[in-house]
Amino acid sequence: MPILEGEGVTKYFGGLAAVSRVDFHVEQGEIVGLIGPNGAGKTTLFNLISGALTPSAGVIRFQGREITGLKPHRICKMGLARTFQSVKVFPNMPVFENVLLGALFGKPDGVSVAHAAEEATALLEFVGLSAVRSTPAKDLTLVNQKRLELARALATRPQLLLLDELMAGLNPTEVGQAMELVARIRDQGITIFMIEHVMKAIMSICDRIIVLHHGVKIAEGTPQEVATSKTVIEVYLGE
Amino acid sequence: MDIARLDLRKMWTPALLLIALALFATLPLYASRYLVILLTSIAMYVVLTGSWAIFSGPTGYISLAPAAFFGLGIYTSAVLGRTSPLPAVILVAGLASFLVALFVGALTLRLKGIYFAMFTFGLVELIKYFLLWYEVEFTGTRGRFVVVVDNTTIYYVMFIILATLLLTAYLIRRSRFGMALQSIGECEEAAAHIGVNVNLLKTVTFAISAIFIGMAGAIMATRWTYVDPYIAFNPLFSFMPVLMAIFGGIGRFGGPILGAVVFAYLEETLITRFPYYYMLLFGIVLIIAVVYLPNGLVGLAQILQKRISERRHAHTGR
Repeated sequence: MPILEGEGVTKYFGGLAAVSRVDFHVEQGEIVGLIGPNGAGKTTLFNLISGALTPSAGVIRFQGREITGLKPHRICKMGLARTFQSVKVFPNMPVFENVLLGALFGKPDGVSVAHAAEEATALLEFVGLSAVRSTPAKDLTLVNQKRLELARALATRPQLLLLDELMAGLNPTEVGQAMELVARIRDQGITIFMIEHVMKAIMSICDRIIVLHHGVKIAEGTPQEVATSKTVIEVYLGE
Repeated sequence: MDIARLDLRKMWTPALLLIALALFATLPLYASRYLVILLTSIAMYVVLTGSWAIFSGPTGYISLAPAAFFGLGIYTSAVLGRTSPLPAVILVAGLASFLVALFVGALTLRLKGIYFAMFTFGLVELIKYFLLWYEVEFTGTRGRFVVVVDNTTIYYVMFIILATLLLTAYLIRRSRFGMALQSIGECEEAAAHIGVNVNLLKTVTFAISAIFIGMAGAIMATRWTYVDPYIAFNPLFSFMPVLMAIFGGIGRFGGPILGAVVFAYLEETLITRFPYYYMLLFGIVLIIAVVYLPNGLVGLAQILQKRISERRHAHTGR
C-alpha cells in the first residue's frame, strides 16, 4: 500500500483546471520529486494534499485513509507535514517557539510542554539553528528561515513530508547542505515528496520523479527516464 | 545576570499584586464616594479593553462586537434584575454573552481582516434593532428600568470581574493556547498546517472574551437605572476598547490595560473640567498618540527604558 496516493485529483479555479485528473502515488521510504514549468500546478497539488485547498474532484488517500477535503490541522495530526514555497514562519516569535508550536500541536495526542521543548531543542540542533534559538524568526536569513520551517514541520512527527521548493534561492553551498539534510531526514524513515526547480538536486536525490505540465501529469519515472523523456524535454526546452 | 533579574521580578510581581489587591479591596472604607465611582468607571474600561485584547491582541482580528456583548449584559440585568439575586444576574449575563459569541464566532471567524470587523459591527446594530422591534411589538415599551444597586457593591463586583479577567488572560497567555493564538495572528495558514485547530481556537477565545464584557454590562446597568436599546448598544462601547488598546499599545497584554486606565481617567477629567471642549481635546490627544506613539504608551516606555540603559552603559564605558 502506498503511503500517499491520489486518483483523478482535479482542481478548478473558475474555468481553469489548475490540476487535471492527476493520478500519483508515493511509496513508504521514497523520495519522490515533483517538477514542471512555472504554473504547472505543483503547489496547487501540494495544497490539495495538505488540505489548504479542497479538490473539485478525485480522491486522496494517506496511509490508506481518505483525506480528501479534511482540514489542514487534521491532516497534520495524521502524520503529513509540509513546508511552503514562500516561507511562512511566525515572524515575531522566537525561533524556538516556532518549532515548539509544531511539537505541541502537530501530534495526534497531547504532549507535555517539557517534552515538546526537548524535542524542539533537538530539532534545532538537527537543522543547525541552536545558536539563534531566541532570535525572532523574521531576523533570520532566507536559508535559515527555510531550515526553521523544516524543523517546525519535523516537530509534528510526520510520516510523510511535503517540501515545496526547499532549495529555491539558496547558493550552491547551501543547496548541498539542504540536500544532505533531506537525505538525513529520509534515513530517519520519513517519506519525502518534494517540489524542486534545482535540477542537480532533484536528479541526484530522488528515487522517482513526476512531471506536471498545465495541470496534467505528462511523465513519471526514475530521474534517468525523466531526463531522457522526449515529452519532458519538449516541455522544458520547446519543440 | 539574566537570572538575577528574573528572580527579582518573580519576587516583585506577586508582592505588588497582593498590595494592589489589598488596596483596592479596602478602598471604599476610607476613599471618597467620587473616587469609588471614578475607579469603577476606569475598571469598566479596563475590563472592556482587556477582554477585547485577549482575542484581538494576539490574533489581529479586529472585533467591533464589544458593544453587542455589553448590551446583552445590560439587558440581562434589566430583565432578570428584579427577580433574581445579583450574582445570578451577573453569571447569566456572562453565559448569554458567551453563547452568542460562540454562535457568531463559529459563523464569522472564517472572515478575515476588514470583513470580520464589519460583521462584528453589524452584529451590534442587528441586536439593537431586533430588540427595539421586539420591545415595541411585544412589550409595548421602549426602555426598561433597572434595579438600583449601591455604588460600593458595583465597585466590588466590577473589581471581581476585573480580577477574574486578568487571571484568565494571564493563564491563557502562559498556556500553549496563548502561543497558538499568537501564531494565528502571525500566519494563520502555517498555524493550521502544524496542527492548530484555528477555527475552534478562535471561536472559543472570542467567546471567553465576551463573558467578561457581558458581566461588566450587567453590573453597569444597575448604575444607569434606565436603559433602552440605544443606550445599551451604544457603538462607543465597541470603539473605545479598540482606541484604548491602540493608545496603550497592542503588542503586549499590559499595553491595552495601561491604555484603558490612562484613557478612562483622561476622559473623566476632561469631561468634568472642560465639558464643552472635551470631545475636541480628546480627539487631539488621540491624534497625537497615533502619530507619535505607533506602539502606544508601552512602546514609549520601552524607548525611554532603552535610552536610560544606554546612558548607563555609556557611563560605565568611561
